[in-house]
Amino acid sequence: MTTKMVRILFPLAALALLVLIPLGQGNYIIYVMTSWLMFSIAAMGLNLTLGYAGQISLAQASFMGIGAYITALLTLAGYHWVVGWVAAMGACFGIGLLLGYPALRVQHHFLAFVTLAFNTLVFLVLRNEEWLTGGNHGLVGMPRPSFFGISTGKNLEFYYFVLILFVISAAVFYWIVNSPWGRAFKALRENPVRAESLGVDTRRITLLAFAIGSAFGGGAGAIMSPLVQFIEPGSFALVHSLKILLMVVVGGAGLFYGPMLGAAVVILLPEFLRFTEGYYLMIYAALVIVLMVYSPTGLIGLGTKLWQQIRPQSEVRKDMSKGAQL
Amino acid sequence: MIRRLAATTLTCMALTAPAAMADVVLADVAELSGAGAAAGAVWHDGVKMAVEEINASGGILGEMIDLKEYDSQTDPQNSRAMVQKAIDEGAYVLLGTVYSSSTVVNMLVAQQNGVPQLTGSESPTITAKGNPYIFRTAFGAQKGLPKLVSYLKDGLGAEKIAVVWANTEFGKGGYDAFMSIADEQGLEIVADVSTEQGQVDFAADVTKVKGSGADAVFVYLTEEESARFLIEAEKQGLELPLGGDTVLVSQKVIDLAGGAADGAFGHVGLSAEAPVPAIQEMAARFQEIYGYSADHNAIKGYIGVYVVKYVTEQIGEFDREKFAETLHGLCLSAADYPGVLMDVCWDETGEMSRESFLVEVVDGSQEITESLPAN
Amino acid sequence: MSEFIQLIVSGLSTGSIYALAAVGFTLLWQASQTINFAQGEFVMVPAFFVLVLTVKMGLPVWLAMPLAVILAVLILGALFKRLIVEPMFRHGTIPLVIATIALGILLKEMVKEFYSPLGQPFPSLFPQTVLKIGNASISVPDIANLIIAMGTIFALQLFLSGTRTGRSMQATAQNPDVAQILGVDIKRMVLYTFLINGALAAIASILITPIYLAKFSNGETLGLVAFIAAIVGGFNQIRGALVGGLLLGVIDNLSAAYFSSEYRQALPMLLLIVIILVRPQGLLGTAEGRTV
Repeated sequence: MTTKMVRILFPLAALALLVLIPLGQGNYIIYVMTSWLMFSIAAMGLNLTLGYAGQISLAQASFMGIGAYITALLTLAGYHWVVGWVAAMGACFGIGLLLGYPALRVQHHFLAFVTLAFNTLVFLVLRNEEWLTGGNHGLVGMPRPSFFGISTGKNLEFYYFVLILFVISAAVFYWIVNSPWGRAFKALRENPVRAESLGVDTRRITLLAFAIGSAFGGGAGAIMSPLVQFIEPGSFALVHSLKILLMVVVGGAGLFYGPMLGAAVVILLPEFLRFTEGYYLMIYAALVIVLMVYSPTGLIGLGTKLWQQIRPQSEVRKDMSKGAQL
Repeated sequence: MIRRLAATTLTCMALTAPAAMADVVLADVAELSGAGAAAGAVWHDGVKMAVEEINASGGILGEMIDLKEYDSQTDPQNSRAMVQKAIDEGAYVLLGTVYSSSTVVNMLVAQQNGVPQLTGSESPTITAKGNPYIFRTAFGAQKGLPKLVSYLKDGLGAEKIAVVWANTEFGKGGYDAFMSIADEQGLEIVADVSTEQGQVDFAADVTKVKGSGADAVFVYLTEEESARFLIEAEKQGLELPLGGDTVLVSQKVIDLAGGAADGAFGHVGLSAEAPVPAIQEMAARFQEIYGYSADHNAIKGYIGVYVVKYVTEQIGEFDREKFAETLHGLCLSAADYPGVLMDVCWDETGEMSRESFLVEVVDGSQEITESLPAN
Repeated sequence: MSEFIQLIVSGLSTGSIYALAAVGFTLLWQASQTINFAQGEFVMVPAFFVLVLTVKMGLPVWLAMPLAVILAVLILGALFKRLIVEPMFRHGTIPLVIATIALGILLKEMVKEFYSPLGQPFPSLFPQTVLKIGNASISVPDIANLIIAMGTIFALQLFLSGTRTGRSMQATAQNPDVAQILGVDIKRMVLYTFLINGALAAIASILITPIYLAKFSNGETLGLVAFIAAIVGGFNQIRGALVGGLLLGVIDNLSAAYFSSEYRQALPMLLLIVIILVRPQGLLGTAEGRTV
């Protein structure tokens, strides 16, 4: 089987699985899977910023928050969810530009610090401006949308709705990283100095990556409103940004499937470790440390490494590393 | 031979793991990690203790309780998922959560699935939403605070009040309730000081209260923050009466604040120090088993499990619908139902009433100054 | 006026603790490009060393505190470097950031699970005597915190600029390649930095916990503030971190009293953003220092 075929068949098979798995499952499993798809979208966005443009953003949760509140306010005011979704992504894109422009003007890791501060500010505004956001009590009862008479009210229906959004997001993401832009990202990541000397406008590309990544965060937030049907400022605090960052890096930053795998691990691992009762967060944290020590490229990197150990032929290795990196 | 082996295995299982043979599943969804772990973990120990007692004395309607625990991680979204999971796994009744921000979310799921839920939350909003499946194990802040406000006004003659509150879902609930009652009673709020979760430096907050010209201070913070505030207030020589609710005068705050807690007073719904023999015995057993002292959260969890037992035995079967119906408007007296520790009644919204106390901290321990009738 | 003095003194006292944490933070960054997201937990943990030694093992406080500092130096200094930072040295900044985030969770959970989820009272080194200046109340621990923290940082500054080892450490931080050519044992110098950070964290912990009480979640706010203090002051200067810490302590109190208690956390954040935009090297930082 050629690499090309694998590249086409794998997503199709994965998609078929995603369609089939939730059938006949309990509400909890469906809820967790929906929530995984949602966080995958947010993590995909951060992957663009972190994995491709090499910038740490610590504000992905606040972009989700902005998206979630915009969508909630609009849908509660009677507008269709799609309006909220578009507005959420647009607003996050704009804020991303405004925030990233000055931060990226200076030195490289400064975006991390600016976003760190930004996340806290967003939390404070969401909590304190009660007239708009409901303050500590948050907003409740956002409706799940219906399209051309098809409702997404039930958990399984809503899951398929989010699956469609997930596929769209993944396709857009795939298109971006394989477009001329995306190749510029890769050039940038691999060798910024050379990229610049070849005429790539480093700053503009990085800024765009951050803004688009933030828009993905807003899109994920737009899903959260009707999914949980309750939002409050605490769900978008700094720890949640760190959680999304963990997803991207644990899965494998800069790899197409990395954030999806990472989101699955971050959401599901506590589930698998639950038999350890009070210890699971400890075990989880320890596993992350061990993973980072042995494989800074995340789980996909670890898998590739192990694969190489089993089949050390150089032919296969080249294929694998290519496949994992798109 | 095989049959004998199977029989032995079964006996072994029955001996070693009675819970695995049990039929009735109780789910405790609590804050076992995250910011609320201090409250949730104690609540969970109270629940565990009651389950063990009930199982040791024959279970509910002859069936053992299989207690399943679910960690909300003090995250409302996650608590929602956990409640869903508990229901998928066949929970008969839900216990928890303690944090109101979680309960407001996950009670929607319990309602959709028709599963009764006994919560430890005290935020007024919870029973105001017309959810027929939610029941409290301690009355809401809106019931306790009027008693405190009338004490501030009539007992102390205070007119100007400074309010120090935690700007979280917990604190906001109490703050809103207090403000509306204070407004009704014609009290003037001269300082409105919001504080952060996990705030450590209370110098500015105390300074503000000090300069406000208040006659008395209403303090609505969580345990550690209450203690830090009291310590700072003592340091700056704040001479005003400091009043609050259960938390401010709890044993935990007294232990943490030391002498600085002396003179603080509060309205207390449940307290391990209440002059009720049943509660003191329960607290002593708790101390023996878990090695630390029980607080109001432990008692709430403990009572919650017993309520499940008593109500189920009244209806004579495990029926969620009937459970909720029966509990509305039900009164349980401690004489007939010792596990509830004190006489208690529920109304049609799931709100409850029970005798309560005005407590003052004197020489590092709680002293009951007045017993207030149930309302 | 006395109100103002009160706020300033309290702010400086708290700020001096932020400064200790921020200095350690800066040192680690300079020596090894470690952005330590577990720094807050590093300040939280030594208090529990003291509690384990006194409450669980019955040692007297005067013995437990130095032992706790030694434990912090060994575990949060040497072991941290050996087990986590060293193997990841060559992986770059991001994996290490993730690992320290995970380490923060790990430390928090361990304290919660193996000691207690509840806050604990903590013995104070100093009497709680309160001095009156006008209407302002200044306690002995306030002043002691300020003096000990500043003294520690000045001693550290003297050590770095006045001794051979200290200068080698600085050389390592500024240019490891050149330092190595000049015969500096850079591995050892980096290790020293980690040991010093452990000690600073332990000192901060012992000073602050009598007031803040010992709780597993104490590191969350502290770590964030130390981080901001370090950047605001200047990421490549120890005195920058000192100024940053003191400044944040004072700003926090002033903003809560005069600006808005609901937005008290916003001012440090706005300050951070403004500093990054206007003076990215920090208040006292030098522009030619290594880029962050």
